[in-house]
Formats: sequence, C-alpha cells, structure tokens
Amino acid sequence: MTPTETLSGAEIVLRALKDQGVDVIFGYPGGAVLPIYDALFQQNAIRHILVRHEQAAVHAAEGYARSTGKVGVVLVTSGPGATNAVTGLVDALMDSIPVVCLTGQVPTHLIGNDAFQEADTTGITRPATKHNYLVKDVNALGRILHEAFYVARSGRPGPVVVDLPKDVLIGRGVYQGMPSTPHRSYRPVVDPDPLAIAQAVRMLKNAKRPIVYAGGGVINAGPEASRLLTEFVHLTGFPCTNTLMGLGAFPASDPQFLGMLGMHGTYEANLAMHGCDVMLNIGARFDDRVTGRLRDFSPHSLKIHADIDPSSINKNVRVDCAIVGDAARVLAALIAAWKADPTKPDTGALAAWWKQIDLWRARDCLRYRQDAAPNAVIKPQHAIKRLYEIVRETGRDVFITTEVGQHQMWAAQFWKFERPNRWLTSGGLGTMGYGLPAAVGAQIAHPEALVIDIAGEASILMNIQEMSTLAQYRLPVKVFILNNEYMGMVRQWQELLHGGRYSESYSAALPDFVKLAESFHAVGLRAKSLGDLDDVIHEMLAVDRAVIADICVDKHENCFPMIPSGAAHNEMILGPEDKAPYGAAQPGVTEEGMVLV
Amino acid sequence: MLKALSPAHDTSTRQAVIAVLVENEAGVLARVIGLFSGRGYNIDSLTVAPVDEEKQLSRITIVTSGTAMVIEQIKAQLDRLVPVHKVADLTTEGPHIARELALIKVAGTGEKRVEALRIADAFRARVVDATTESFVFEMTGATDKLDAFVALMRPLGLVEVSRTGIVAMARGPKGIYG
Repeated sequence: MTPTETLSGAEIVLRALKDQGVDVIFGYPGGAVLPIYDALFQQNAIRHILVRHEQAAVHAAEGYARSTGKVGVVLVTSGPGATNAVTGLVDALMDSIPVVCLTGQVPTHLIGNDAFQEADTTGITRPATKHNYLVKDVNALGRILHEAFYVARSGRPGPVVVDLPKDVLIGRGVYQGMPSTPHRSYRPVVDPDPLAIAQAVRMLKNAKRPIVYAGGGVINAGPEASRLLTEFVHLTGFPCTNTLMGLGAFPASDPQFLGMLGMHGTYEANLAMHGCDVMLNIGARFDDRVTGRLRDFSPHSLKIHADIDPSSINKNVRVDCAIVGDAARVLAALIAAWKADPTKPDTGALAAWWKQIDLWRARDCLRYRQDAAPNAVIKPQHAIKRLYEIVRETGRDVFITTEVGQHQMWAAQFWKFERPNRWLTSGGLGTMGYGLPAAVGAQIAHPEALVIDIAGEASILMNIQEMSTLAQYRLPVKVFILNNEYMGMVRQWQELLHGGRYSESYSAALPDFVKLAESFHAVGLRAKSLGDLDDVIHEMLAVDRAVIADICVDKHENCFPMIPSGAAHNEMILGPEDKAPYGAAQPGVTEEGMVLV
Repeated sequence: MLKALSPAHDTSTRQAVIAVLVENEAGVLARVIGLFSGRGYNIDSLTVAPVDEEKQLSRITIVTSGTAMVIEQIKAQLDRLVPVHKVADLTTEGPHIARELALIKVAGTGEKRVEALRIADAFRARVVDATTESFVFEMTGATDKLDAFVALMRPLGLVEVSRTGIVAMARGPKGIYG
C-alpha cells in the first residue's frame, strides 16, 4: 500500500487486527458497527464468532485469552451493545485479562445528542477498563488500535475499549501500521531491580519457615514463568501455595504443593501462611479472600512481594521487600541470585517446618463423606473428584471453566491442575454466568481439547443463551451442573451467618436441564444418585457434541474449609463439626466481619 | 532479622502536593478525578492547564491528604494511568513552592472601604476592579496568606472569593523528571 492510498475506517480496523495476529473475534452486530460487519463479510482472514449476548462476547474473549495467552477481541455495537459488555470488561479488569473491545458509536456529529442507541461508552467504561479511546479521526484509527493492543497486553494486562463512531468507520483515511517507537507515556517496568532481588534472596536464605504464595501474575507472564516457579520451588525446597487465579502455575501433584489458600483454601496452606516467617508473594495481590482479617494476616512474617503493578504493592498489606517486574523475569533473577549466594539455607529448620506442615496435612481438610450405596445422594465434591479421575484416565488436554459459587470452590479444591492456562474462572469480580461463554472462547481456541464448564444450576441460567452458540459452531463443550437447587454459596452464608434464614436463595422453578439441552441441539444427561454418576460422566465424555450433565447433588452440603469474612487464617471452620449450633455465634465471626462480603 | 515498625499501623494523615504531567488529551482529567472518587481518596484542591503546547503536555497539581500508605497508593495509581508521564510528590521530594491566586470581592463604603484598601496594601493584593462601593482584589501567595486575607475581609464586606487552588514546583535547578 502506498502511503497515500486510503482505506475505509472499517477496512483499517480489520487490517490492524490482522497485523496484530488476530484470527478470531467474538461479537454481536448492530447499527453502529454495520460497516465493520460489511468488511468482515468480504474477507476470510478473521473469523467472527456470533455470541447471543454482549456480556458473553467479552467472557468468550476472556476464555480465549486465558487459554492461549493472546489478546481476546470483542466487537459490539453502540448503546446497549456497549453497556451489556460492561460486566465482562470489569471481570477482565479485576482478573487482569488482556481484551480489546471494539464498540460502535453514533456518528461524531450526533455524540451528546441522545441519539438512538447512544451511550457515553468511554465515560461508562472509564473505571471498567485499563484504558479506553474514542476515535474521532479516521487517520488516527490505525495508531490507536495498535496502541490499544499494546496497552491491553503490556504490564498488568487488562481490557481496553476503542469506541468507533460510525462516520469514522465509513470515512476514508490512511492506515498507520505497527508503531516502531515506544509508547510516549506507558512503559511498565518488567525487569526487577537487582538490589531488591538480592534483598529478597537474603531474607529467603535466612528463612526458617518460608512459603511461596503465587498468583495469576505467574500465569499472565506465560508458561515459562510457571516453569521457573517450579524450578525455584524445587531449588529451595520451600512449600508453595497458589491463589484461585494462580492454580496451574505450580503442579498440583507436586509434594511441595499445599493446595489453594484463602477463604476456601486448604488447612495446611492457610496455617502455613499464618505461621511462616518469610513469605514470597509472586504475582498475587493480597486479596481479601486470601488475607482474611488484615491485622491478623501472617503476623510474624517478613513479606516479599513481586508484582508487575506497583500499585498492588503496599495496597492492603505492608511488605518488607518490594520487587516490581514481570513474574518470569523476577523468578529467573531469584533463581540466579539464589544459586550465586553462598549462604547455606537452614535445612534443619526447613525440615522441622515441613514436619509441622505434614501434621496440618494429616487433618485431611478436604475430606467428605460419600455414602457408597448406588442409590445414595451424590456429594458435590465426589462428583468433581470422579469427573477429574475419569477425565485424567482419558489423557486428554482439558480446560476447566466455572461459574461462581460453591461449585467453583469445589472445582478449585478437587481439580488438580498440572499446567497453566487450563483453569478459567472469575475470581476478582465473581461473575455468575462466566463459565459457559468462557468455555466457548476456550473451545474455539482449542478445537481438539476437552472443555468442561463446571457449573451450578443458578449460575448457568445467567448466560444459558450461549447454548445456541455451542450449537451454531458445533462446539462440544461439556456443561457439568452440580444441581443442589440452591444458590449454594448464598445458602451456605445464610446458614452459617444469618441464622438459617434462606431468603430468596432457593432455585425455584428450574427448567428441566435435559430437555433444555435437547432444545438447544445438545445432549442432556442426568445423574440422580451415585449409581448414575460414573455412567453419566463416561457418556458425557464419549459424546462428540455439547452436553449438559445435570448432576443432582446433596442440597445441604457446605463448602469447607471456610474462613468466615473478617476472621483470621487460624479461625478456619474445617467442617460441619466446627459449625456453631443454631442461634450460637460462629467462632471467628464478628460484627466487623459481618459487614464484609 | 529485625522487622521495622510497620507504617501500616501509622494512621496519622498528612497533606501531599502531587504534580502530575499528563498527555493533553480528552478525558485525562476525568481519569484522574475518577480515580480519586472511585477509590475514595480526598481532593483538597486540583489545578490543571497545558504547560507544553509542542509536546502536548498538561500539568495537574493535586493537593490531597491521607495516611502514608494511602498517599503511596495514590501516587502508584496515578502513575499507572496510561496518559500519565510523571508523578512527583513535591511534599517529600525536597523543598517546594506552592502558590495560589485568588480574586476577592469586597463591597462597602466609608471607613470599612478604607480599611479594606489599607489591609490589601499590607498584603500586597492588587485592585483589579473598583466601583465607588466595591473592590475586586487579586492576590497571589501561599494558601495560609490567602486564608488570612479573606478572614480579614469578612467583617469589611466580603462578597465572594474565587481561588485557583495550588500550583507548585520544586525549588532548585531540577525539573519534574529529576
């Protein structure tokens, strides 16, 4: 193309996407983006996946991004298209998922006139995105789109909105390709300060009760970061725990893995966090689900925090050593510095620490009681455990998405993730309805892989329309519903914290999920009791089509362990036996904590 | 290893004067203000104007208050906004000059009018508008000087005050990039 050759704005959009290596976008058409849809129609390089709701478009792009490490791309129209996308954008913001969302807009001369399907998209999405743009000049469009991709994937990743007025899409201008100069103002630090690394290694070498606490930042830094994390943990002999976002960053089958930490984390992970003397946090953000009551969080430890986002450091928890940088580069530097430092670690103290951890492990905090009779009620934990075991036997590469609630926590506890990018769940925002559209994105990215949405009967109804997307693209996603006829986590909190008053948490008037599946051209299966469970799982995996498996589980099972909001790690409820009798105060639950979510 | 007394337990608040150099583009001020309201930070005053037409840069001066941990957060949050070039905490980075401009309207006749003019002279306020029964004074200075002047004008017929909020700059030869 000669520099003076012009393209329409819509053509520039597709050209920029192509130059960014985009091969699939998730979207829904409408008046303001018709020029882009017209241009899409006339090309084959970029595949468009038609979702059934704009929120699902963003979640699908998130599923695509998380399972591939690439930027997910969304295309929606103005007004309601953009406002529907907002939940997905905030979800991506909270979980640091790189997404570029193109929104249509009314023509520039109508902006501010309350035109049909007009919304102040940049205004509404300003706190919902990492950054956003309103393009007013077609000649700036190429540059802005490339900048949007750069911002979405650089530093701490996140969602970026580019708002595109219709006249800019129709008008003709010169396409500016990939920029050759660095961004004027946004240049996140990725290489750690060697002095901070040296300080961290000194602390770690002198540790007697160390712990490595790794989060989603390790996943976002790419598979190499997970490999380096494993290398570092093996090199040091330290115990390692992962956050909900970090599951898969360290192999779950490794003897040095303590499981997930936090509100529904394992006994050993949380007590090790509470009792450690040196904590190394890599790519996690001391979220309230992890810390519990802040003033009692790991009270006797020196804390090292490595994060690519300087604003995450010293936000909730004051740390003793701050390292700003990309998780992979931080880990590589820590490994090199650890090897170079002549100080011998205190192996005696570490052995004693492991002995203590093994005692905690022996509590077997995830145990549950499954009656073995074929007509026994299925325990939800057992359903996931069997699903995991049967899937593992197949040896297939598997991606797990979830909705939000009890089933999500049980999935996090019972699925053993050995590799990064296989676990797609809404952590920060906690968006019910995330799992099915995220599974769409993961299955589009990995057509040969097994993609399972572990769901609850309440959450799945929040984006159930995406069953239609599965049918259109013949996506063999498996929806595994733990159906307890309750918004289980709400019910659990009402039981433990609100005197058993189950206000509005019963899933009344549920559809027949088997018939629902069939009406969406999918296969519907149901397991009513233990005797059906394995057969349903086998059949679900054998069918090369979308499946809804309705697993009828114990209606009153609670998710343990649990640290009630506002309680400390050592005030964990391990099981029903720790539960206060009705009317009595639950230990660890305070007035102060009741205010918390 | 001894652990330093954690500033997390330091609940005393301080005022901070923060200078922010930003791209002069649409929405940048909304991003800064939205960050403060969205995260519950205080804005005591805020001024903004373009300072470099060629490079299209604007400078925002924010006066805020909070605990040491909150001020550190504010700076980090500002710094990660995409159009932000530089954030400087003038309060902690050495001595700085902070100035404010005010327009002060005083109405009155007779002895009060003479007294207002005499005090204005002592404070080096300039008369920028006058009628037979009013003055508008223009005054530049540190915030407490302006406060003192306004307080003195109150019994002398103060009608209204318009103030810019603080603009500030570090003393010495170095610029904001240090």
